[in-house]
Amino acid sequence: MKRSISDILADVFIYLFIGILSLICLIPFIHVLSVSISGNGAVMSNEVFLIPKDLNLDAYKTVLGDSSMMRSLWFSVFITVAFTALGMFLTICGAFALSRKRLKGRRVVGVLFLVTMYFSAGTIPDYILMSALNLINTPAVLILPLAFSAYNLIILRTFMQNSVPQSLEEAAAIDGCNDFIVLVRIVLPLSVPVLATLALFYAVGRWNTFQDALYFITKSPLKPLQLKLYELVNAAGSQASVSQEVGAENMQAEEVLKSACIMFATIPIVIVYPFIQKYFVKGVMIGAVKE
Amino acid sequence: MLKKKDKSISDKHKDSKGFKYYLKRDWQLYVLLLFPLVFAIVFKFLPLFGLSVAFLDYDVVGGFEKASFIGLDAFKEIFGMKDFYIALRNTIVLNGLDLIIGFPAPIILAIFLNEIRNKYFKRITQTVLYLPHFLSWVIIAGIFYQLLSPTTGYINILITRYGGESIPFLTEKWHWLVSYCLIGVWQSMGWGTIIYLAAITGINADLYEAATVDGAGRWRKIWYITLPCIRSTIVVMLIMSLGRILGISFERPYTLDNPLVRDFSDVISTFVYRVGLQSHRYNIATAVGLFQSVVGLIFVFASDKFAKLMGEDGII
Repeated sequence: MKRSISDILADVFIYLFIGILSLICLIPFIHVLSVSISGNGAVMSNEVFLIPKDLNLDAYKTVLGDSSMMRSLWFSVFITVAFTALGMFLTICGAFALSRKRLKGRRVVGVLFLVTMYFSAGTIPDYILMSALNLINTPAVLILPLAFSAYNLIILRTFMQNSVPQSLEEAAAIDGCNDFIVLVRIVLPLSVPVLATLALFYAVGRWNTFQDALYFITKSPLKPLQLKLYELVNAAGSQASVSQEVGAENMQAEEVLKSACIMFATIPIVIVYPFIQKYFVKGVMIGAVKE
Repeated sequence: MLKKKDKSISDKHKDSKGFKYYLKRDWQLYVLLLFPLVFAIVFKFLPLFGLSVAFLDYDVVGGFEKASFIGLDAFKEIFGMKDFYIALRNTIVLNGLDLIIGFPAPIILAIFLNEIRNKYFKRITQTVLYLPHFLSWVIIAGIFYQLLSPTTGYINILITRYGGESIPFLTEKWHWLVSYCLIGVWQSMGWGTIIYLAAITGINADLYEAATVDGAGRWRKIWYITLPCIRSTIVVMLIMSLGRILGISFERPYTLDNPLVRDFSDVISTFVYRVGLQSHRYNIATAVGLFQSVVGLIFVFASDKFAKLMGEDGII
């Protein structure tokens, strides 16, 4: 079929539009990356936009050599892993139980969980609870409170209800399997893609959140990477503090060092991003249809 | 979002057996259910008792034992506070801007993405467009403060190099308002397309074929087929955003904030943090939080009702 000129023009317009928007999403990122691996002089004389100049990794060496940054990194890794494991455990337990239609009281508990999505007590009541439980300034405060997520639980329950064939489980029950065995041997293996998605929801969420750390953590060794980064890069009056904080011995441009800090916290996400992206998209799709 | 009302038959039969019977039969399931239930009760429902702080002269040292009842004094005080009204106004303004500019952006983008035939171009641009969603606000704020700084930011260096005047993107309050909004669009636009792309995928292809036979061009097909077919998704998403008009995240305004723009950047969430956790005025901050939660809940219910009135599925 011959295409009309207006159709071709429309195509050009659309491709350009999407292309430019994609570049806009990428450019801020590439700029910071380029600054972080450029020489101080080139950055100070404003020669670096998208292409690094005088390639040099000193800023990264400074960041990697700073023990408090590295401690924050490993602490973040630790709480992310622990949080994801606990979150998945709670989600699987709840979703499996609520997906069994014969369970009495599932309706009530389901509503109870749903309520938590729409109403929260707020910052201060949370804070009072955390201090009553003696959780302030402990790693547990970054792991326990957010581990229960009604949203994730509902996604998994919907999947287990709709996509795991009931007949399989009935057959297993006739063979004498109890609920635990049905869960571990039948339902979980069939739910692997959704489980991967939810685990990533938990992990990326934990990695990126710094709000609760800001509220509940005041001791430096327990600060996760995002909070550390906030204090170094964003906090007002940090203009001269980065180089002091990370103890740069050789004079380094503030901008280069800041960029390296930003990249240091971003690179873990960017490395895993291409692999996890499709799982995320899947999760959004399942989440959109809740029954 | 889209929710079917399932009426199970089991409810219609009256329980002939006691709860004990079911407990014995399904004890394994109840054990499993206990774990998330305990977490939900401790971390989501237990804090509700803390709301009583709004009516007490609570302080950390004395705890609940020494706190005495002050009735609605805290509420009277916040409604007399200028800062509270500013925070309330800013919350509504920032969310309103997000609604006007941030809401249509993913719809337009999704429609355009759907028009792209080249598989590789589509996949690459989608990957790039989703990327900002995966970055934390700390990182996003760090990147943009660097890029948009009036003196050392590269955007302003480019502007001044070509004879323009440096623009205080993030350091003057009106500019900040626009930057705040656009950075939000930058972060969420790509990710927001997923839900609309899913809706567009569900459109019957026959409709497009019939329109082509009738001689409709591309824009006409978008206007008369794509848009009407995703109308209900748009309405539901719009209503959800309206329901959240008073709910504002903490991290985005907090990380993009700086002292020069405090007039516009102080919102309810940051106000609660400042007054409550930094100045230790617990009852005031709790009262503000309670006000926000209750009004927010009313908005959610009202918008849900509204959606159902318009013949949509509603959200609850």
